Amino acid sequence: MRIVIIDDSGLRASVLEEGLHEAGYDDIHIVPPRGGFVARLERMAPDVVLMDLGSPSRDTLEEMLTVSRALARPIAMFVDQSDEAMIGAAIDAGVSAYVVDGLRKERVKPVLELAVRRFNAFAKIQSELDEARSALSDRKVIDRAKSILMNQRSLSEQDAYALLRTAAMNQGKKIVEVAQALITASDLLGGGL
Amino acid sequence: MTIGLRIAFLPLTDAAVLVAARERGFAEEEGIALDLVRTTSWATLRDRLVYGQVQGAHMLAPLAVAVTLGLSQQPAPLAAPYKLNVNGNMLVMACDFAKALEPVIANRLADPLGTAHDFAAAIGLWRRKPVIGVVHRFSGHAIMLRYWLASAGVDPDRDVVLRVLPPSLTVEAMHAGEIDGFIAGEPWGSAAVEAGLAEAVAIGERIWRRGVEKVLAFRESWLEENPQAVDRLLRALVRAAAWCDDPAHRDDLANLLARPDYVDQPAYLIERALSGGIVARAGEPPIVSPDFMLFGREATPFPWRSQALWIYSQLVLWGMVDHDPATATRAGAVFRPDIFRRALADSNVPMPGASMKLEGAVASPLAVGSRRGELTLGPDSFFDKRVFDPERIEEFLAGFAPLR
Repeated sequence: MRIVIIDDSGLRASVLEEGLHEAGYDDIHIVPPRGGFVARLERMAPDVVLMDLGSPSRDTLEEMLTVSRALARPIAMFVDQSDEAMIGAAIDAGVSAYVVDGLRKERVKPVLELAVRRFNAFAKIQSELDEARSALSDRKVIDRAKSILMNQRSLSEQDAYALLRTAAMNQGKKIVEVAQALITASDLLGGGL
Repeated sequence: MTIGLRIAFLPLTDAAVLVAARERGFAEEEGIALDLVRTTSWATLRDRLVYGQVQGAHMLAPLAVAVTLGLSQQPAPLAAPYKLNVNGNMLVMACDFAKALEPVIANRLADPLGTAHDFAAAIGLWRRKPVIGVVHRFSGHAIMLRYWLASAGVDPDRDVVLRVLPPSLTVEAMHAGEIDGFIAGEPWGSAAVEAGLAEAVAIGERIWRRGVEKVLAFRESWLEENPQAVDRLLRALVRAAAWCDDPAHRDDLANLLARPDYVDQPAYLIERALSGGIVARAGEPPIVSPDFMLFGREATPFPWRSQALWIYSQLVLWGMVDHDPATATRAGAVFRPDIFRRALADSNVPMPGASMKLEGAVASPLAVGSRRGELTLGPDSFFDKRVFDPERIEEFLAGFAPLR
């Protein structure tokens, strides 16, 4: 079974490819949806095409599936329309799958399930990464606010942090919000740093 | 009790009525918590609607007909009780290609028939078949482009290459030389003109003066089961549409749409379609077309069944569906004037007395029979002066010479 993954995100495509390899599929190709990707895909004559639901290139792909003379059999989204739970899970995960007509659903279902799991895992990694990034930038803001307090009020680092935390608690805000406000005020007052 | 509704949309100027309904309180006043889901392809918008991730969608009118007839992936009966706009499209072509056309663009746009013939000649001068981007096979844009090209004997399936790509990728594709021009909803044509990549060749409003564009589509079963939610939303949209049409709100609306969570393009580009002041070539003064895009006036939202049937006739004409009376009936039934009437029964919105009309028969503003208030329909003629009688589809189709 030849599986083509069309994805703007090289990382997600690799995560999916790796999973499929582990599951024993060995005819897997990754095609980024750029330039003449449709002609490349046509030559590959895939049995299953997996694509990110959020990709703007889906209309281009579907048009090819509609008009292509090179593809012997029609390709439809989701092989088993009666399996609503599967379709729901795929759409929630952001997976769209196109499958050639005649491929038995028992053969396709594991591929689709795997794609859903990998897409979900990737989304989780991505959101953890975003969280880590924002935690890092929060830290920088707090550090800067601390050093303003340390300079202006001759406090130790510990006391500067305690002051920020108390202010945040009293105002019902996050420490990073108070720190940001302090930096802005300091900038406006020409406090430098 | 507040009703939560999720509606999918694509980043286009003609999502305006939905955006205004959410952002300017019209939905809230009707007890609707409107959640707008930004989507980047028509395929994904269709899937979100068909598989129930959203209740409604800002949909290409021909796509709603096509999904119902089973022509676009999973068949599902859809129902469109409301038109979100008419007009608003523009065909732009690379400046090099446009050199073979009438150089004074105001004249070019005013005479679509002459321009179609110039375009046919320009194809011969081009170094290869021109590649024209369309946003979807089942779009008002593609249908109008086909209609316009065919009038000059150009076979859109043989003499040019129609390439499907979503509106948000059109400018990039022009830049990369993957397409020689495209037809799309605003602000994408203006964005290509502004970038110096293209100039206007035709505007939708001059091909069909009241061209059906986006509808609000629901799954038919959901529509039947949720009359209260549908009626409240339609009442909110009618008021939002009147607000959008009012020139006093143009700046506010353009700025709203410009936001990253909506169209994410500069407000001054979006404002062009709203005001009808179209810059057809970079650096030139705007050409004013007051009817470039309509939201509320002239009962624009009213879903005339005859318009769904006109769309159907075009799908038949291009061999996308085989004609038979039962299929025609199903296509016509996608537009739901009955629901529109029910929702706005107690409002002061002028309501057409009929559900079908001759399309293309109104040459100048015409007062028509209305159950309430005064209703004047604007000119709705086609550039080739054809008239579509929804009762005589076969006769209408027979009037087109076979191209092949």
